[in-house]
Amino acid sequence: MTLEEKVKTIICETLNRGAEEVTPAADFINDLGADSLDLAELVMKIEDEFGSMIDGASIPEEDTASLKSLGAIVEYLKSKGVAEEL
Amino acid sequence: MSTAIVTGSARGIGRAICEKLAKDGVENIVVCDVKAEWCEETVESVKALGANAVAMEINVAEGASIDAGVEAIIKQFGAIDICVNNAGITRDGLLMRMTEEDWDSVLDINLKGAFLMTKAVSRHMLRARKGSIVNIASVVGLMGNAGQCNYSASKGGLVALTKSAARELGARGVRVNAVAPGFIKSKMTDVLTDDVKNRMLSAIPMGKFGEVEDVANAVAFLASDSAAYVTGQVISVNGGMLMP
Ligand SMILES: NC(=O)c1ccc[n+]([C@@H]2O[C@H](COP(=O)([O-])OP(=O)(O)OC[C@H]3O[C@@H](n4cnc5c(N)ncnc54)[C@H](O)[C@@H]3O)[C@@H](O)[C@H]2O)c1
Repeated sequence: MTLEEKVKTIICETLNRGAEEVTPAADFINDLGADSLDLAELVMKIEDEFGSMIDGASIPEEDTASLKSLGAIVEYLKSKGVAEEL
Repeated sequence: MSTAIVTGSARGIGRAICEKLAKDGVENIVVCDVKAEWCEETVESVKALGANAVAMEINVAEGASIDAGVEAIIKQFGAIDICVNNAGITRDGLLMRMTEEDWDSVLDINLKGAFLMTKAVSRHMLRARKGSIVNIASVVGLMGNAGQCNYSASKGGLVALTKSAARELGARGVRVNAVAPGFIKSKMTDVLTDDVKNRMLSAIPMGKFGEVEDVANAVAFLASDSAAYVTGQVISVNGGMLMP
């Protein structure tokens, strides 16, 4: 499985959306109807899944604001050293 | 399977809450206090009621202590369904003579402690889409009390924390409520002089102090599914001393 596929699965589950809606650029709030609590939950799940692969095992609060879409999360995790192929 | 954690439950109201939850069928009860060995008596009495009990060292003034404890509970039991923020202290004194340290220690334990616990357990409750958090406030947090600026501020803050957390977590099935006891017979009130006690009694319509079980009963209700549609509320258990 690729990193993008894994992240996408987590987003679909958390936001209760179909795979076809969760495109790399779809904005969680504007396009997918997420609220702030959904985003907090999403970050939690990303941390649970990838925490062991990133420094400090958690995503700093100041970084979370930029995690607005599937594409943004994938880029962020890659920048933290997570491989594209899992 | 249900699991509850009660902070500051080595004695007093916290112990009564553990015992009541055990009687009501909660399966696992995590008894925690500043020192694990202080919890032994509560653990024994809970076990005698047929529930599983474990002692755990959690100092609620320290985030690291809370996080480690909550992780250990999740590892052992898989979930936390009920969290009762009961740990609390008093450092009474007139405002003009109250030290900064008296203020900080009371706010750290009574208010920040509840915030840190709520933060740690809500993570797991959100995921489970269910959970009940009960904060032990106080009548003086609602009406104020001379000599208790720090304590009453901590308890008033706890009521506001309860309401805000209830608003944040409500949509995910996590309920947050408070119980505000009046004067309850306990180590905290044993130390009062007869004069003070008599003055207090005259302000209580029921003419007596409450028992720890009276508080525990209200907590158990809020923790249970009987209160499935109750969130952001404060139940007063005060013999009529204050009627908001
Ligand atoms: N007794 C009353 O009349 C009364 C009235 C209103 C509210 N309350 C509240 O009820 C709660 C229980 O009170 P009680 O009467 O049983 O008092 P208590 O002093 O008998 O019990 C409090 C417990 O909290 C523990 N504790 C203190 N600091 C802690 C910390 N940093 N971390 C973890 N545990 C800590 C203590 O060791 C103790 O076991 C408190 O929050 C108190 O403010 C009591």
